[in-house]
Amino acid sequence: MEKYSLFVPRLITTEENFAPGHRACVGCGEALAVRHVCKALRKNVIIVNATGCIEIFSSLLPLTSWRVPWIHTLFENVGAVVSGIESAYKARIRKGKIQDRGVKFVGFAGDGGTSDIGLQALSGAMERGHNFLYCCFDNEAYMNTGIQRSSSTPYGAWTTTAPFGKESIGQMTWKKNMPEIVVAHRIPYVATACPSYPFDLMDKVKKGIEVEGPAYLHILSPCPTGWQYPPNLTIKMGLLAVETGMFPLYEVIDGEYRLSFDFPKLKPVQEYMKEQRRFRHLTEDIIEKIQEKVDEEYLKLMEKVR
Amino acid sequence: MTKGRLVGLEGSFAVAEAVRMANVDVISAYPITPQTHIVERLAELIANGELDAEFICVESEHSAMSACVGASAAGARVFTCSASQGLELMHEVLYIPSSMRLPVVAVTANRALSAPLSVWCDHSDAMAIRDIGWIQIFAENNQQAFDLTVCAYRIAEDKKVLFPAMIHIDGFYLSHVVESMILPDEEEVAHFIPDYVHPFVLDPENPVSMGCFGPPFIYPEAKKAQEVDLENTKPKIQETWNEFGEIFGRHYLPVETYKMDDASSALLTMGSSGETAMLAVDEMREEGKAVGLIRLRLWRPFPFKEFREAVKDVELLVVLDRAISFGMGGPVCSEVKSALYDKRKDLNIVGYIGGLGGRDITVEGFKYMINRALAYPEKEEEFEIIGVRE
Amino acid sequence: MSSGKKGWKELEIGCVVTEPGSAASYKTGDWRSEKPVRDNTKCIKCGICYIYCPDMAIKEDEEGYFEADLYYCKGCGICAHECPSGVITMVEEVEEEKEEEEKEKR
Repeated sequence: MEKYSLFVPRLITTEENFAPGHRACVGCGEALAVRHVCKALRKNVIIVNATGCIEIFSSLLPLTSWRVPWIHTLFENVGAVVSGIESAYKARIRKGKIQDRGVKFVGFAGDGGTSDIGLQALSGAMERGHNFLYCCFDNEAYMNTGIQRSSSTPYGAWTTTAPFGKESIGQMTWKKNMPEIVVAHRIPYVATACPSYPFDLMDKVKKGIEVEGPAYLHILSPCPTGWQYPPNLTIKMGLLAVETGMFPLYEVIDGEYRLSFDFPKLKPVQEYMKEQRRFRHLTEDIIEKIQEKVDEEYLKLMEKVR
Repeated sequence: MTKGRLVGLEGSFAVAEAVRMANVDVISAYPITPQTHIVERLAELIANGELDAEFICVESEHSAMSACVGASAAGARVFTCSASQGLELMHEVLYIPSSMRLPVVAVTANRALSAPLSVWCDHSDAMAIRDIGWIQIFAENNQQAFDLTVCAYRIAEDKKVLFPAMIHIDGFYLSHVVESMILPDEEEVAHFIPDYVHPFVLDPENPVSMGCFGPPFIYPEAKKAQEVDLENTKPKIQETWNEFGEIFGRHYLPVETYKMDDASSALLTMGSSGETAMLAVDEMREEGKAVGLIRLRLWRPFPFKEFREAVKDVELLVVLDRAISFGMGGPVCSEVKSALYDKRKDLNIVGYIGGLGGRDITVEGFKYMINRALAYPEKEEEFEIIGVRE
Repeated sequence: MSSGKKGWKELEIGCVVTEPGSAASYKTGDWRSEKPVRDNTKCIKCGICYIYCPDMAIKEDEEGYFEADLYYCKGCGICAHECPSGVITMVEEVEEEKEEEEKEKR
């Protein structure tokens, strides 16, 4: 928990626009992240959701967990659908058919729906400059279909389509740096967040919806089922991911980098990885390789921050 | 009572005029030959302030249809158009407006599918989407391209319909050929199409959830509801065409007949080849053959009743397909046989496939089909692809 | 889940769900194998358990303490793990019938 915020939970709205009774796994970090985002969004929003964990656990017919307008269509088109909704409101307000009530447009997708199959639609929406907030809930694999690898899966992690074995160490490629790809689109607001730091996350959501133009929020969502750790450790996993530098929290506001939390010394990545069975097969030399890469990337980030 | 002015317009520009007069709110489209003139003209109209709409220059056809879905769900009147590869790229998205009951109106400039790459006309792209649940209507000339697009808005957005509608115009033959046509008065057209009001719109004042997921205990019920409602759009389609006829003077039917009163043989066409077929029928009549022509305008939902009525007195039906369903034959011919099997075991149905990839269909070609079918009643093959060099 | 068995005529057009948050009727509390037990004498009312519950299954009572909503609580144990004062312990969920038996025996 952030050092200043021990009693801040009481100051947050008690409104839950994401209703309980959803079917997420026990201890799901993504569900918690959605809850935090929805608390920050309040009611005057329209949410577009990609196929994935969130959509499945929140919308089993004939029930819905959503207390705000919500639409799901396909897996890879959140960027396009939200563009359509934003344009519809823009046109109809301009033509005097409806009043401008400052409705905000938000897209939810997983790492699959963002950095893999959904990358094109997201890129198009950002390039065209639509006014929307896009939240990527990154649980580092295609979790909903059964823990298959994605481009967001970290190096060395076990997944069902990149399992470790005699010939393989698991994921053979490094995690795609999605926030950097978004920064290259020169949008006004890009940030990374984690539900283990709820107030930071909620602040960033608020900044994202207030900014004119596209905003992107990359939210690490610890997954007990896919990362294979006991469900009560979800918050701890998020904290360690940030404290080891594997998932630094930062913002890029109009191209300027700002670190959200700085640590005098990063914890060793092994502390994070040893708690998760998806990394348990890794040998010392691979862990060292990962540590080197994390340190290198963190240094690059620090350079941009200065 | 034909109101309006006589103009010469390409099919693409006729469509663009219809979309402009319908005062759409959002257009999202990706260019592809031979539809490009439609999107270019629309972009020009918007840039010149002649149409107040958002033009989303999407990065692919998949996104084009997705953006239309979003905009329609948010209460906007939308338009998109595509062809061939583009229509195929948006294939999975096409299911969404039909099952989520969003009145997206689209135009397809019928074009052949790769490989080999072809930008020319055939109906493969139209046939590939026939199972999805869109209202599909075929235009035969530029006047119809305009009229049917205007009617499509009124049909699709009607509270008793709320289904997406696709108007098919033959690529190049209609999209790029200037034909004379009547352009009706703009205000009359605007008056003909009422405002779009969907019962459930994405709006924070009244939150709804759209696109929830349906396990086996509910999916079949959802599909039955969709099919029954699609069938029930037929009266509304005809009602709209009737009203259009009364105001603008051009009357449309799901199945058009030409010189069928005393015909013993009939040709069946869809799209622009129907006008060529009319010439062939005239010539064959002069030669003393009792030939007529049936032009199928409403493709989906299939007009079983009107179609069976049209063929009730003929002994031979020659179907021209402008697409091939590999391993099966002509898709229109297969469906026609299926529509008539229980009712007309006595009718000889002969299928030809022609005009693939933009190969012209000629008056001689139609005469060949009829003569060949008459000369060889006992068919050796399931169907024949005509006009192919050996 | 009797509300799931609607006939095809009863479905809303396009299967739109018009009642916001209707999933709140679903009892995820049945999933539990462990349940949180609180010792409020230690509670400093910070609200950390409340903000970290993925199932919105912790509510503030009139005195400012936080109670688990056992209708939804899935027993993940995040609240117990994150509480800075050790207020919450996760205790094995016992089947209702067995619990009744035990109570009667006593």
